[in-house]
Amino acid sequence: MIRAYLTFLYRCFRLSFVGTAGYYLWMFALSVVSLLGLNAYCKQFVHGMGVTGMTDHVSWGLYIANFAFFVGMAASAAMLVIPVYVYRNRELSHLVIFAQLLAVATIIMSLLFVVVDLGRPDRFHHMMLRFNFPISMLTWDVISLNGYLLLNLHICGYLIYAAYRRREPTKLFYIPFVMVAIIWAFSTQLVEAFLYCGLGGRPFWNSAVIAPRLVASAFAAGPSILILALHVIATSTDYRVPEQAFLTLRNIVRVAMAASFFLLMSELFTEFYTDSAHVASARYLFMGLDGRSGLVAWIWTALSLNAIGLVILFTPASKSRGFLLTACAMMIVGVWIEKGMGLVIPAFIPSPLGEIVEYAPTLNEWLVTAGIAAFGFLVFTILVRVTIPVLSGKLAFDRPYDPSGNDEDSPNSAASGAAGA
Amino acid sequence: MNIRIHEGGSAGAEVTRRSFLRTGTAVAGGMAALAAALSPLKDLNPAEEFSIEKFIQKHYKEMTPDDMKGALDRIAREVEHRYKVRPEVRDMRPKAGVEFVYALNLSRCIGCRKCVYACVEENNQSRAPEIQYIRVIEMPRGTLDLEKGNHHYERPTVPDADHFYMPVQCHQCANPPCVKVCPVEATWQDDDGITVIDYDWCIGCRYCEAACPYWARRFNFVKPEIPEADINKDMGYLSNRPRPKGVVEKCHFCLHRTREGRLPACLEACPTGARKFGNVLDPKSEVSQILKTKRVFVLKEEVGTLPRFFYYFDERYPRSLDPEAKQVALSLGYTPGAGGWTPPAGDPARAEVSR
Repeated sequence: MIRAYLTFLYRCFRLSFVGTAGYYLWMFALSVVSLLGLNAYCKQFVHGMGVTGMTDHVSWGLYIANFAFFVGMAASAAMLVIPVYVYRNRELSHLVIFAQLLAVATIIMSLLFVVVDLGRPDRFHHMMLRFNFPISMLTWDVISLNGYLLLNLHICGYLIYAAYRRREPTKLFYIPFVMVAIIWAFSTQLVEAFLYCGLGGRPFWNSAVIAPRLVASAFAAGPSILILALHVIATSTDYRVPEQAFLTLRNIVRVAMAASFFLLMSELFTEFYTDSAHVASARYLFMGLDGRSGLVAWIWTALSLNAIGLVILFTPASKSRGFLLTACAMMIVGVWIEKGMGLVIPAFIPSPLGEIVEYAPTLNEWLVTAGIAAFGFLVFTILVRVTIPVLSGKLAFDRPYDPSGNDEDSPNSAASGAAGA
Repeated sequence: MNIRIHEGGSAGAEVTRRSFLRTGTAVAGGMAALAAALSPLKDLNPAEEFSIEKFIQKHYKEMTPDDMKGALDRIAREVEHRYKVRPEVRDMRPKAGVEFVYALNLSRCIGCRKCVYACVEENNQSRAPEIQYIRVIEMPRGTLDLEKGNHHYERPTVPDADHFYMPVQCHQCANPPCVKVCPVEATWQDDDGITVIDYDWCIGCRYCEAACPYWARRFNFVKPEIPEADINKDMGYLSNRPRPKGVVEKCHFCLHRTREGRLPACLEACPTGARKFGNVLDPKSEVSQILKTKRVFVLKEEVGTLPRFFYYFDERYPRSLDPEAKQVALSLGYTPGAGGWTPPAGDPARAEVSR
């Protein structure tokens, strides 16, 4: 039993080193960027957080911004789980696994972004020794992220292994976890929002609409990433992705992005019509304050990308794959900016004592960020790469991964052997 | 394109020389790249940065007296090693029946920043980069909106007639948001009202810095630099011992001084007597008198942090509202009325007051 499982893991491990030239190139590029990130992090570890652009004024920056974004991506797996398990849309059932694999990869990224933001990562174990639960929202976050990671690992791990053993999965072993994971996904967003909106000293965050905004923008950007990932899977592997998957996801993105705009408008009205002293951060973000306007170009770029993407999705043009992918790519970038530069940084500007100190990430910070992102995509690629042959029955307990020779729809093995060299 | 599952060369028992070389080159290349990525770690001084002793040190509240003795010895050793002076490091505990508050007279403060520099010297704060716990804001008359203040005023002489000066430091809140958010309980409020930080426990997440409405906390983004000659050898575990990089620090009301009856360094440095400090539980203390008799306010009262740092102006209450004066008047038989206080009949002050 355990032996069979270890064999499964070993076969998956071996399989992750096998692929087309494109696969090797992609993995090579991701590895290089990951290592650049590791190198940059080592510098930060030795010299301190001074190598970042953060200051006592803007004490959270690019890392926490990306953390906010990727937690949202992880939660959005639920958006595919709900149609399948709650509305019984069986056609998409396999695709849920890809959504959950994406969740696994993005939670790993989120956790890494928190770790690189710590000034004393060597004291991480203090978290286990004096855990300020339930008072500190950060402890809730630790539980919510690790719990969500375990849930997703269990669900997709179980389903994939069942397919590998050529067994029908036992409902009892995964359906309850799926239901918990759906609720858990929302709670990760809630906890993430509570991290910010419970701080009375930061009026920009001290808003009840932060949680719904996080959910809405995440459920727009997450399924957008899935659309791109499914497109790549559909075109570069022989795995058949039903067209309906794209249409379902498109509907989800459309509604979520519309809701996101609705909530943004509510927020903007409250801030600017009231025009109290609390508007300072929002003014800095959207218009600049006292001649300082470091975020203005970012936020208008983000809102333009989101708006254009949304308009495309509401036109019939989005039924064509090209337009759909363009709209999704625009929204991913738009939400990434809106959640990062738009949600985290302006809360620190002006400072609680009224100083305006701007923030710009350093090269080192960008490298660490890119490294974590690349590592996350590396994990996701490997997970997808080993899952596809399992789901399509080409890799199973009684069928070790097979050189392409025996496969009727594969070209000769010499070609792929050369590609691998 | 199709998936091509190809077992590069190792299919069956056949391992060709070519595939072996190829795999070997790939593994060697990967290892070299990994080593290159990790190379900045060679600048690390593990002996100075890490030790088993520090790694297994318990949380402040869990330390036995022996544990604490060991920790204080270690700190003294480290300071001696780095700064060539033997410090006296103590663990000062709060005293029963004491709750410290600070009161700052805005009518008297002239904005000279002597408190800022006295604090830096007393508390072994980093000189490069500069870390300061006190921020003096030059405020235009007619507003308390901090965004209208100037943090970086440079004048040949102070005070400027058109401004008043507002020093801000940790307010030692009774409802401190920084303590709430700390995930590892590295910061807490002691019984005498001082919020302290265990610098050996802080993980450097800076959540407290984000939570503080008074911008009181500072983070050691790099290793703090203090000239050997400037080290203050009188050190407290929870206060002014040198901090490592990557942890948060802030004003602690000079607890290594105040917990043994001395006054904070900022107060002693103040040339105008604008700073008052004491035990609010002692009704005879100066701060108790100030809270009773002056027009006192706290900064950002609306955020609900209940600061123990009060600002006031010299002027007393209008006599009709002065609670002390009211007690005196009532005891003398005066009666309150719409037009002011009426003295008892036959009192020579009657004509005076009614005018």
